[in-house]
Amino acid sequence: MPNVLAFAEARSGSLRKVAFEAVTAARQIADARGGEVHAVLVGAPGIAARAAELGQYGADVVVVVEHAGFAQYNPEATAALLAERLGSGYDAAVFSASAQGKDLAPRVAAKLGVGLASDVVDVRVDGDALVATHPVNIGKVMATVRVAGSPALVSIRPAAITAAPAPREARVETAQPSGDPGASRVKVVELREGGKGTLDLGEAQVIVSGGRGLKSKENFSLVEGLASAFGNAAVGATRAVTDDGWRPHTEQIGQTGRTVSPNLYIAVGISGAIQHLAGLRTSKTIVAINKDKDAPIFRIADYGIVGDVFEVVPALTEAVREARKNG
Amino acid sequence: MKIAVCVKRVPDMEARFKIAADGTSIDETGLKFDMNDFDSWAVEAALQLKEKAGQGEVTVLSVGPDAVQETIRKALSMGADRAVQLKTDRIPFDGFAIARAISAELSGGGYDLVLFGKQSADSSNGVVGAMVAELLGLPCVTAIRSLDIQNGTGRAERSLEGADEVVEFPLPAVLTIDEGLNQARYPSLKGIMAAKKKPIEQKPAQLGDVTVTVSAMEMPPERAAGRIIGEGAGAVPELVRLLQTEAKVL
Ligand SMILES: Cc1cc2nc3c(=O)[nH]c(=O)nc-3n(C[C@H](O)[C@H](O)[C@H](O)COP(=O)(O)OP(=O)(O)OC[C@H]3O[C@@H](n4cnc5c(N)ncnc54)[C@H](O)[C@@H]3O)c2cc1C
Ligand SMILES: Nc1ncnc2c1ncn2[C@@H]1O[C@H](COP(=O)(O)O)[C@@H](O)[C@H]1O
Repeated sequence: MPNVLAFAEARSGSLRKVAFEAVTAARQIADARGGEVHAVLVGAPGIAARAAELGQYGADVVVVVEHAGFAQYNPEATAALLAERLGSGYDAAVFSASAQGKDLAPRVAAKLGVGLASDVVDVRVDGDALVATHPVNIGKVMATVRVAGSPALVSIRPAAITAAPAPREARVETAQPSGDPGASRVKVVELREGGKGTLDLGEAQVIVSGGRGLKSKENFSLVEGLASAFGNAAVGATRAVTDDGWRPHTEQIGQTGRTVSPNLYIAVGISGAIQHLAGLRTSKTIVAINKDKDAPIFRIADYGIVGDVFEVVPALTEAVREARKNG
Repeated sequence: MKIAVCVKRVPDMEARFKIAADGTSIDETGLKFDMNDFDSWAVEAALQLKEKAGQGEVTVLSVGPDAVQETIRKALSMGADRAVQLKTDRIPFDGFAIARAISAELSGGGYDLVLFGKQSADSSNGVVGAMVAELLGLPCVTAIRSLDIQNGTGRAERSLEGADEVVEFPLPAVLTIDEGLNQARYPSLKGIMAAKKKPIEQKPAQLGDVTVTVSAMEMPPERAAGRIIGEGAGAVPELVRLLQTEAKVL
């Protein structure tokens, strides 16, 4: 059966954008082989209401598993049900390489004893195998990885592919958990969500990032001001800044933080250390503002302004506001 | 507390990498190597847990050729007690193969905790820890940023995109370590001397069948060289113009 399973990641009763990206990637694989896409949607009772959205991106079937034990992410029970489902005959399974997908996919792969191409930025079919591109050595080298055997598992880096509408009326199928989800040993006892309305770094088209050049926690209001002038921007930071507690670690971009690929990345008072650049290399356009003309960030910035952030950023914020008002 | 920590030898990421003649790996000539950063935080976590418990044993494990002994020595000089090298000709890319070798070694060892880094800087799969947990049938929490263990129960925090999760789990367990849990200690001179005397047990790695192979490695397309468009606030109008007309992002 050349069908492809897509794991539809949800949080607090809503689908995440990465769920649609996974369905889109699964659609590509299924179309290459003439199979169906089966999205698996797991959540607390009520999650079934989200099933139709997955049809919009190309799911032929949505397998819904509702249980109170899935109100929070339940890694053991979710891995168990996915492994059982995949055992019934699928060619491939697609996850997001989100924090949750990266936790889940290797569990499923090990349960089934099959290959997993982790954190890939594209995926294609080559005969019986799946072939994908995976950044290695902090993105300085691209590896082409090949997963043979069936089912072949992949996890796709968030935002690496664009969720593409492929609307259809998905058939909804209800399924049971594999075992009692309440019996899982690993329990998420609390989920602390970031402020309402804050855009996640992985989903933002524009990221304004601040470094030690801002001098203090309070001065990050400059970065926030520029971000809000763009309307759809998220705030990022360097490790120097998260280490000092000026910003939460969740905003750290780089080798040991998040990897992002926005349309526009604005680096404010950031030197451009290799570990920071590792996280933003795939941004479409990079802007840097730094008072040191020799700062390494200028070597990869499409547009650099040499200057004091306290002078340049307010002017830029004002100009962006104007431009958006007139545009 | 009986703890195992898995450490990987990885190249220094500051280097300019070159693709080896086989087209599927990195040319190692001239590269410097060290312990994967996340793994050094895992070693530190193990040592702190042992110190807090007042007793216990920390075993360090690495899969690879003899060169990984240098990485193992570092963990020993930080304070690990025992060491095992699971020998292979080269470190495989396939995370599942590594996971199989590690779980074969750890199975039945009676460990309270098995610690991993969140991911390795070179192959960057972020899979080995959770795979070992499955193979050993142990509970697993990945990418933790805080850890508290009381009476055989652990509590850890992990970061998601735009949220944090608090997770509880029973011991024995497998944990993978994110940045922020601790600062790794530097080996002391005394530690380095002591490590020289500690034996490293060597065994062949039981990798099993390969499930994922690298068929090519390439350098990513170069970004166009950076361009400075001006100085100070006076350059802002030009920047806005370029963002609108050239980059079309505004
Ligand atoms: C294992 C490891 C992992 C790491 N992981 C990460 C990671 O994931 N992410 C990360 O970011 N870093 C990481 N780092 C740290 C990294 O090496 C750098 O130390 C860090 O990125 C520097 O942050 P910064 O640019 O904010 O600070 P700095 O390097 O101190 O740069 C500040 C910049 O601000 C400029 N400046 C100062 N005042 C002004 C002003 N008034 N106007 C304009 N410009 C001004 C200065 O010219 C300077 O270029 C890691 C390091 C290691 C060893
Ligand atoms: N060759 C290896 N030997 C020992 N531990 C390893 C090896 N490769 C990976 N690991 C462990 O698994 C973690 C995740 O690696 P990876 O899945 O390759 O990103 C690392 O941080 C190490 O703790």
